[in-house]
Amino acid sequence: MTQTRERILAGIRTSLGRGPPDAHTLAELRSRLAARRRNVIPARAAALDECDRVDLFVAMAEEVQTTVARVVSPAMVPEEIARYLAAENLAAEIVAAPDPGLDAIPWEIRPLLRIRRGRAGADDKVSLTACHAAIAETGTLMLISGRHTPTTLNFLPETHIVIVRRGQVVATYEDAMDRLCAEGASRPLPRVINFITGPSRTADIEQHIELGAHGPRRLHIVLLDEAQATERVGEDEQRGAGGQ
Amino acid sequence: MLATSRNFKANARAGLADDNLQKALALARTGFPLRRSLAVERLPEFEALRESGRSIKDHVLAHLDFYLELYESRAVAAGGKVHWASTAQEACAAVLQICRSVGARTVTKGKSMVAEEVGLNDFLEANGITPVETDLGEYIIQLREEPPSHIIAPAIHLIKEQVAETFRAEHSALDPARPLVEPRQMCEEARAMLRPRFLAADVGITGANFLVAETGSSIIVTNEGNGDLTQTLPRVHIVMTSIEKVVPTLEDAVTLMRLLARSATGQEFSSYTTVSTGPRQPGDLDGPEQYHVVLLDNGRSALLGTDFQDMLRCIRCAACLNHCPVYAAVGGHAYGWVYPGPMGAVLTPSLIGIEEAGHLPNASTFCGRCESVCPVKIPLPKMMRHWREREYAQKLSPPVYRTGLSVWSWVARRPALYHAFAELASRVLGWAGRGRGRFRSLPLANGWTTVRDMPAPEGRSFHSLWAERQR
Amino acid sequence: MRVALFVTCLVDLFRPTVGFAAVKLLRDAGCTVEVPRAQTCCGQPAYNSGDRADAKAIALRVIDAFVGYDYVVAPSGSCAGMLRVHYPELFADEPVHRERAQELARRSWELTSFLVDVCAMRTVTARWSREVTYHDACSGLRELGVRPQPRELLRSVAGLRLKELPGAEVCCGFGGTFCVKYPEISDKMVTDKEADIVATGADAVLAGDLGCLLNMAGKLHRQGRRIEVRHVAEVLAGMAQEVPPIGAPR
Repeated sequence: MTQTRERILAGIRTSLGRGPPDAHTLAELRSRLAARRRNVIPARAAALDECDRVDLFVAMAEEVQTTVARVVSPAMVPEEIARYLAAENLAAEIVAAPDPGLDAIPWEIRPLLRIRRGRAGADDKVSLTACHAAIAETGTLMLISGRHTPTTLNFLPETHIVIVRRGQVVATYEDAMDRLCAEGASRPLPRVINFITGPSRTADIEQHIELGAHGPRRLHIVLLDEAQATERVGEDEQRGAGGQ
Repeated sequence: MLATSRNFKANARAGLADDNLQKALALARTGFPLRRSLAVERLPEFEALRESGRSIKDHVLAHLDFYLELYESRAVAAGGKVHWASTAQEACAAVLQICRSVGARTVTKGKSMVAEEVGLNDFLEANGITPVETDLGEYIIQLREEPPSHIIAPAIHLIKEQVAETFRAEHSALDPARPLVEPRQMCEEARAMLRPRFLAADVGITGANFLVAETGSSIIVTNEGNGDLTQTLPRVHIVMTSIEKVVPTLEDAVTLMRLLARSATGQEFSSYTTVSTGPRQPGDLDGPEQYHVVLLDNGRSALLGTDFQDMLRCIRCAACLNHCPVYAAVGGHAYGWVYPGPMGAVLTPSLIGIEEAGHLPNASTFCGRCESVCPVKIPLPKMMRHWREREYAQKLSPPVYRTGLSVWSWVARRPALYHAFAELASRVLGWAGRGRGRFRSLPLANGWTTVRDMPAPEGRSFHSLWAERQR
Repeated sequence: MRVALFVTCLVDLFRPTVGFAAVKLLRDAGCTVEVPRAQTCCGQPAYNSGDRADAKAIALRVIDAFVGYDYVVAPSGSCAGMLRVHYPELFADEPVHRERAQELARRSWELTSFLVDVCAMRTVTARWSREVTYHDACSGLRELGVRPQPRELLRSVAGLRLKELPGAEVCCGFGGTFCVKYPEISDKMVTDKEADIVATGADAVLAGDLGCLLNMAGKLHRQGRRIEVRHVAEVLAGMAQEVPPIGAPR
């Protein structure tokens, strides 16, 4: 194995007509890595203010058959989930991530919603998770694995419900990855980062798009838009401050 | 995989005569280009992204040794194991050894063209391990014992009736009364069949669209979610990939991902993009206990520094296949090996030899549509021409053709002689064809007249008429 | 402007009318037109067959033949593309020749793009009462960006109605030696093209490259179609009445 490794690396250097990179080249390459330079960033989402960014996220998500419900308080989340399950004719049984981020939701107001916390098993029909970020550019969710956020929840059940907080909506993939670093979960990374854009699909038979190939058939986002109410107040205060 | 590229002409004839194939290709010919162009129109930065994608890949190739070593060290630091393989045999052996070390009996597989390239399924089966393809298209063709005909849509050569037939023949538990008419019903059938296989597999094998040097991560892009079930549920995850897939940073990977889905299927982004770094971490509730990466060279390093280096920029989006009129006419199986279409016409001779694959770079009109849609601007026609040059230099092209070309070239360098010949040919053919204005057959022009008429010349060459009028 | 016409071997042999049409259009645009006798073919058959040595030998002749003209214009995107794009590539490793090739490349143009982009021609005086469709020959389209120019000029032809061809940018299956080396594949491609042309309901199909036109005309005739096939220059120069369509009886 080591021999093979050396042979391949030596072959690359021979083909490129040089030896191992010199000190100067190494310094350049390391500084390129350290810079984590962004390349071309589409203006589509990057140029928007928060309000339009959230709207773009919703529009892009809906374009790929994600359904989105906006609620303005944590208390409305259990209501919305119960409504959604009933509308889709699904049993009120959920496996939810053991994610402390979900604890702030007053689940007790919907006692008929049975919630198990843990990883998903073969028989689970509906899963519930939070997310790490939501990317407006393409309506993409970013979820990461961890002790409170098992990956099976994202793929095994037929229905995946994701709670997105307004403040989690960022413009680009790069912005989403920067949040990963800023929050101390810095590179090296979690075992898995899942970028999820709509429910599972296939077009392998005559290019017919069919949802639910192997992963979830339904992806439902509950967008917790608390800021809508409070933000208006905030804006007024700012405006007031600006006038003085 | 046994190559039949040498038989390209016969393969192509078979493809042209296959009504089901032609029906399937007719759908692809218009669908893919339309969807791509709509996606590209929506993104004003697309051209700038192509240029950026090209330069990222060029940068990596110029420093491939550095980035591979960095990638390996970071992958190992994250708890992964990296297995280097010079050849297909070494890659297969590495996978088998991992499977044996955990006593694996069945493995699930996400779509991997590198696994096709090394013939992994046959090798595993020969060694008592059952590989189960989980991508719907790959699953269908595995049941049919066929190779993929397209690098992202492996069963694109089939119509739905053939898929239904295959399921009826292979799924013994399938109720004959259950309708299998619409793709929806067939997807359900496959989902139901494969779900227990996902849950029971000992090892999951996926490919990788990109490797990230900075973080030691592998990235897969899928729509079905099969790749994620494949790599999340079993105890062991093996990534089958090749050395040119490495990019420096996550930012670089993201730039290429903005190009990938739009170029491939016309989607803004595929349903699932998954960045994997090492095995299950302490406290994780799921994920594989072992994470292995098999890193294949198989002739790629030898392409560096040659006329074919640019081919290593390829991100396997299949835009060149989707826009190729030759691919659309004959389908992917005609190419006779793993990689069809324009990218295959360049890559296949590099990997299995121009002696075997000589037809592939020749069977192109150089219409240039492939290059015009390539997300990393690979000059595919130029490289096909380079293969023709090598073939010509090695005297592999037919002698009659070579002699004809030499005579013509000799005459073309002698204007007086050339003009005399042109005038003579114009007069003779013009006279012979003066009645109908065209020929249904013509000596030495069978290749032309078997399929179309040959319009007759007007009867005088331009240069003769021009000379007369100048007097 | 002193312009040299690069006739191209197919026009020379099959359809001199296209050459005279090009001369007329160039003169209408105010150019002085000359036809250097030392020209033959651009060498593309050798180049695309992998015979680089012969391609270079022919290219050097062509470079010599066109020394001193302000512009070199060809009624073919394929041949103009050879001069403009591929000659510099052919001599990439030979600095002296490369410089001469680049110098020729800068002066070389496809006919309709030269008329519109260099001579600023916007209209022609021709009249032709037909519904026509237009096929974009590959090299002109993708190597030289020839697409709006022929359409702009065609719109000024009195009586002419332009109906766009679906898949106009898809190859017709000619491809030089390709069409005789792989006749069955070429047949499939030109059959699809024929179907697209017929579906437009147009009276005539035009293009800017004689290779494609011979191929499409050959197929349309073999299928018994009565759709006229002509080079765009014939129509723009008002010469469509003077000669029968490609492949039609005289």
